Amino acid sequence: MATPWYRQRAETWQFPLGLNRRLQDRLGKWVMAWLTLLTGLLVPVIALALYLRVQPILASKPLAELLFSTTWHPLKGAFGFYPFIIGTLWVTGLAMFIAVPPSLLTAIYLAEYASERVRGLVKPFIDLLAGIPSVVFGIWGILTVVPFVEHVAMPGLGGWLGFIPLFRSDNPTGYGVLAGSLVLAVMVFPIIIAVAEEVIRAAPQGLREASLALGATRWQTVKHVVLKHSLAGVMAAVVLGFSRAFGETMAVLMVVGNMPKVPHSIFDAAYPLTALIANNYGEMMSIPLYDAALLGAALILLLVVLVFNLASRLVLVRLVRQA
Amino acid sequence: MKRRKAEECFFKLMMAGSMVIVLGSLALILATILWRGLPALNLAMLTQTPKGGYYLGKEGGILNAIVGSLYLAGGATLLSLVASLPIALYLQIYATRSQMGELARLALDVLWGIPSIVYGAFGFTLMVWLGMRASLLGGIIALALLELPIMARGMDEAIAVVPSALKEASLALGATRLETAGKVIIRQTAPGLLTAILLAFGRGIGDAASVLFTAGYTDRLPDSLFSPAASLPLAIFFQLGTPFPAVQERAYASALVLTVIVLTLSLLARKLAGRLNTHIVR
Repeated sequence: MATPWYRQRAETWQFPLGLNRRLQDRLGKWVMAWLTLLTGLLVPVIALALYLRVQPILASKPLAELLFSTTWHPLKGAFGFYPFIIGTLWVTGLAMFIAVPPSLLTAIYLAEYASERVRGLVKPFIDLLAGIPSVVFGIWGILTVVPFVEHVAMPGLGGWLGFIPLFRSDNPTGYGVLAGSLVLAVMVFPIIIAVAEEVIRAAPQGLREASLALGATRWQTVKHVVLKHSLAGVMAAVVLGFSRAFGETMAVLMVVGNMPKVPHSIFDAAYPLTALIANNYGEMMSIPLYDAALLGAALILLLVVLVFNLASRLVLVRLVRQA
Repeated sequence: MKRRKAEECFFKLMMAGSMVIVLGSLALILATILWRGLPALNLAMLTQTPKGGYYLGKEGGILNAIVGSLYLAGGATLLSLVASLPIALYLQIYATRSQMGELARLALDVLWGIPSIVYGAFGFTLMVWLGMRASLLGGIIALALLELPIMARGMDEAIAVVPSALKEASLALGATRLETAGKVIIRQTAPGLLTAILLAFGRGIGDAASVLFTAGYTDRLPDSLFSPAASLPLAIFFQLGTPFPAVQERAYASALVLTVIVLTLSLLARKLAGRLNTHIVR
């Protein structure tokens, strides 16, 4: 078979500059190093750019008022982030509460119990789940989760446990914290599973064998030996899931109800920071300090996610180096 | 003895239940989108731009959003490719086992975790400074930032599996590191690199929050880099926002279109990686 043209081209191809080869190498390294460095600087640059735009509102209002005031009234110059921060925490917290047990159990199953074939069969589907766009999660939320909350969870849970304030429902629709959390929980499944499975699998085989040889059952081995060994990494996986849920916008925006009030029950509507930015960015230019306030919300998101992400990545990097 | 077995049994059941929950939710999502999207889908939706009064239930389709999304994600993928490939090569060839390489990887991972709405806000800030209006170019820049860490880390991982003997052989024959990178590594890892590109493209095409303020929205096809561009996720979002059931139906159909595009890309990436891998020298 004749060599195809592109092969021939590739084999005789020269770097276009008529430079000395060693010089080309040095130049290539220089360009690549600078690109890498610039990318590394992107995080501080983004933070700084946002900070500069937030500066006006920080200069004119005390930070405590911004963070702890409950009144959000841009036209009157009142920018209290409290309901949005609490709304974010409610939705994210409940989502993690729902998502962590099944994700970890699935990760343990895939890492410890499943055969190579089952793992190969299941993992592509988990990757598919990770690839579904967030708007599609939102549509699913509206079509399936919200009606479920309205017709099943609210009458059931609210009727039975309605005497506890956490489960009291005076929200006639299904749009609220619970719906947002359920959608978010499904969105973070693949992240927690992927990272946790990798970490659990990285536990040394000798540990398992020692435990099994002493007569422990499979589950005892997992519980007392493997999980203990990979605890830090599993925590890191959960934290990664948390920061993903914390910054998720479109899907949450579509199902949480978007009322700027502090929620008191899992059926109440909430208004997370991400939804606040997305809903109001278009009209902010005409009102003084409005853009600074919205970018402030973005800065809060960035800083929180940055801290959590950095912490869990450092743990994971150390674990990988150990293994 | 009995308790231990019972506990083992209990947790096995819990694990099975968890698998059902996780895989079941994927099935439920796909079923919901298919079931509600398919009846509303028709050819006119895919081949026409919206006619006047589209959001009141009038004629037309979402061609503007489909084309806009392809332009946005395509441009962003090209732009981030220009940066990602050199970065991945640098990390694997010049900065092997260096402190700086590890730091760069950490930076990329952190970038990966930044919420897309923050990229949107940053992109918008950038555009205000440059005096740009919402446009295709603005959306491409914001999306490229979002795709960059995904693609660079994917390529980094793909290149990492190249056997070091291959690199050493090339270097021993007198090739410079740059020549090794361009003529040996890139060709050896082509399928892996392509997979990374496709995955980043898929992520870009599905993201709404970053293009919300940067790309704008329009009913027409974009004719230059400086005109606003529609995108599928936003088309879905806006159609859903109207009070008319007929228009909302179209949002479901649009979601189906987006899901099909994204899942096809993801399956294609997997298939390509699997098939082309067999030609790699091990």
